[in-house]
Amino acid sequence: MKTAIKLALRNLLGAGLRTWLNVFVLSVAYVLIIWMQGLIAGWDHQAKRDMAAWQTGAGQYWHQQFDPYDPLTLSDSHAPVPPELLPSVNSREVVPVLMAQATIYPHGSMLPVVLRGLPADQKVLQLPTHKLDTAGFPVIIGSMMARTAKLGKGDVLTLRWRDRNGTFDAAEVTIADIFSSNVPAAEAGQVYLELETLHRMPGLHGEATILVYSDVHQPLTQLAGWNVKPFAWLSREVDEMIKTKSVGQSILFGVLLLLALLAVFDTQVLSIFRRQREIGTYVALGYTRWQVVGLFTVEGTMFAVLAALFSMVFGMPLLMWQARVGWTLPVEAGDFGMAMAQTLYPVYSLALVAGTVLLVTMATAIVSYLPSRKIAKMNPTDALKGKIQ
Amino acid sequence: MRKILFVFATIASLNTGKAQEAVEILKKVEANMSSENRVMTTEMTIKGKRASRTLEAKTWAVGSTKSFTEYLAPAAERGTKMLKINDQLWMYSPQADRTVQISGHMLRQSVMGSDLSYEDMMEDRRLTDIYDAKLIGNEEINGRKVFVLELTAKVADVAYQRQMMWVDDGRFVPLRQEMYARSGSLLRRMETLEVRQIGRRWFPVEMIYRDMLRQGDGTVFRIKEISFDQPIPESVFSRAALK
Repeated sequence: MKTAIKLALRNLLGAGLRTWLNVFVLSVAYVLIIWMQGLIAGWDHQAKRDMAAWQTGAGQYWHQQFDPYDPLTLSDSHAPVPPELLPSVNSREVVPVLMAQATIYPHGSMLPVVLRGLPADQKVLQLPTHKLDTAGFPVIIGSMMARTAKLGKGDVLTLRWRDRNGTFDAAEVTIADIFSSNVPAAEAGQVYLELETLHRMPGLHGEATILVYSDVHQPLTQLAGWNVKPFAWLSREVDEMIKTKSVGQSILFGVLLLLALLAVFDTQVLSIFRRQREIGTYVALGYTRWQVVGLFTVEGTMFAVLAALFSMVFGMPLLMWQARVGWTLPVEAGDFGMAMAQTLYPVYSLALVAGTVLLVTMATAIVSYLPSRKIAKMNPTDALKGKIQ
Repeated sequence: MRKILFVFATIASLNTGKAQEAVEILKKVEANMSSENRVMTTEMTIKGKRASRTLEAKTWAVGSTKSFTEYLAPAAERGTKMLKINDQLWMYSPQADRTVQISGHMLRQSVMGSDLSYEDMMEDRRLTDIYDAKLIGNEEINGRKVFVLELTAKVADVAYQRQMMWVDDGRFVPLRQEMYARSGSLLRRMETLEVRQIGRRWFPVEMIYRDMLRQGDGTVFRIKEISFDQPIPESVFSRAALK
C-alpha cells in the first residue's frame, strides 16, 4: 500500500497540469460544499437562537384553546396563571403573556394586530419591555411591523380593541421602541404592551394566553388546561425548512460533485489508455492484475487527497472570512416568513468538514476504480507491446 | 334648606322628564323604522382609498329576527346568499358551493369589505332595551329640526358604550348617529343622506357609514326599492333556500 501511494503520488506529480486541473476542480467542490452546508448550519443555529431569545424562550405552556394560526380564537384562549407556576412566575423563570385581538390605525389605514401583554421587568425574552415602564400608553413593535405600517419611534397612533363583553374601546398609544429580532412571528402584526395594561383593557386580570419559560425552569408535564410545548416542538418548522433546503442543496452538491468526478473519470480513462506498457511492466514485475487496479484506484483517489490539501490553502481563509463577515441575502429576509437574519453566518463543524472530505474521497475512489477495472481484463503481453486493447 | 331641596327636586324631575321624552322619541324612531316585514333591493358602495365597488342585493326580512339576502351584483358576488334567523347567520358561496355558519368572533369581521360587520347586521335588540336615552338638546341638520339624544349602554354586551343620535323632529328618522368607544373616542358615524316618504312613514333610503379612525369615504348604503308588509313565504327563511 505504501508503495502504491508513493507510486501514485509520483505519477500524479509527473502528470503536471492535468493533475492540478483535477485537483483544482475537486477543491472548488470541497469549498463550495462546506460553505453551503455551513451556511445552512449557520441559519439553523441563528434561527433557533433568535427564536429562543425573542419568541419562544426555552419552551412554553399554551392555554388549551390557543391556536397561533387562528387569531379569532384568542378571545377564548386565556385563563388565570396556574397556581403551580406562580412561584416560577414570581422568580421570573416564567413569563405570562396575554394576547388579544385589536386594530391599529397607522396614518389612517386599518391594520389588525395581536396585542401581547408581558411584564415590563421580564428577562426571559430579549424584548425591550423595560421601555414599557413609562408614563402614558407606551407600546413596542418589531422593525418588520414598523416597516409595513410606516411607523417610527415616538409615533402616536390609535389602538382599538374590544373588552370581554365585546364593547369597543380605543386609546392613543405611543411607539416607545422598535426592536429588530429576525423572527417574523415575533414582529409581524404584533404589538407589545405592559401586562397589567392589557389585563385592564379587556378586563382579564391575572390571566394569560401562554407562559414562556427560561432554560432554568423545569417544565411541568401535567398542567390542567395547559399544554407544554418544548423548544424542539416550537422550532420544528425551522427543522422542516432546513430539511427541505438541505434536500435542495444536495441536488446542487450532486451536480457540482458530478462535474468534478467526471474530470477525474476522464483522466483515469486516458491514463489507462496511455499507460498500457506501464501496466504490462507492472504485471511482468510480478504485480497481480488486481494489484494494478488498486494502484490506479489509489492514484485516482489521491486527487481527492491533494484537493483536500489544496482546499486548505485557499479555502480555509475564504471560509473563515465568510464566517466572520457572513453572506447577506440579496432579498428581504423577513419575506421568507421564517426566523432568518438578513446576513447569514456559516458555521463549520468538524463533522461537516470530515464528512465532506470523506464523501468526496469515497466518490473519487469509486470513479477511479470504475475505469481501472478494464486493467483486469488486459492481456499483459499485448499491454507490454503497447497494443491498443 | 327647603329652597335647596326644591331646586334639587326640580332638576331631578326635569332630568326624569327629559329621559322619558328621550325614550318616547326613541320608541317612535323604532316604531317608524320597524315593520312586520319588508322586501328591499339595496346598493352598497364601498369606497376605498384607491377604488370603490358597488354591491347590489335583495333582502327579505321579517321583523328584526329573520332576513334573507341574495347578492345580485357584481358578477364575482352574484349568487352569494345570507340567511339570518335570530342569532344565527349562514352564508352560501356559489364559488365554493358551500354553506358556512358565521358565528362567534367571525361575526366581528367586515361584510364584503365594507364598514359594516356581520354583528351590525345581527343586532336585533331594540335600542330602548340596551340603552338608556337622554334628550340633551335640539339642533338643526340641513334645515330640519332634530332632537339630540345621548344613549348610554345599560347592558354589558353592546359594541358601543355610548351613542349620540340626531332624530328628525316630526319624521322620527335618525339623521345622524355617532358611536363611541368606552374611552370616549368617536369610532363610527352614520349620516342619512336621503329620507323618503313610503306609504305613511318616512324612511331613510340613503345612508353613509364611516369608520372615523380610518381614512376613506366610508360605505354608502342605498335602498333602491322597498315595500313593507308584503306576503313572504316561510320557505325563504330556510337553509334549503340558500342553495
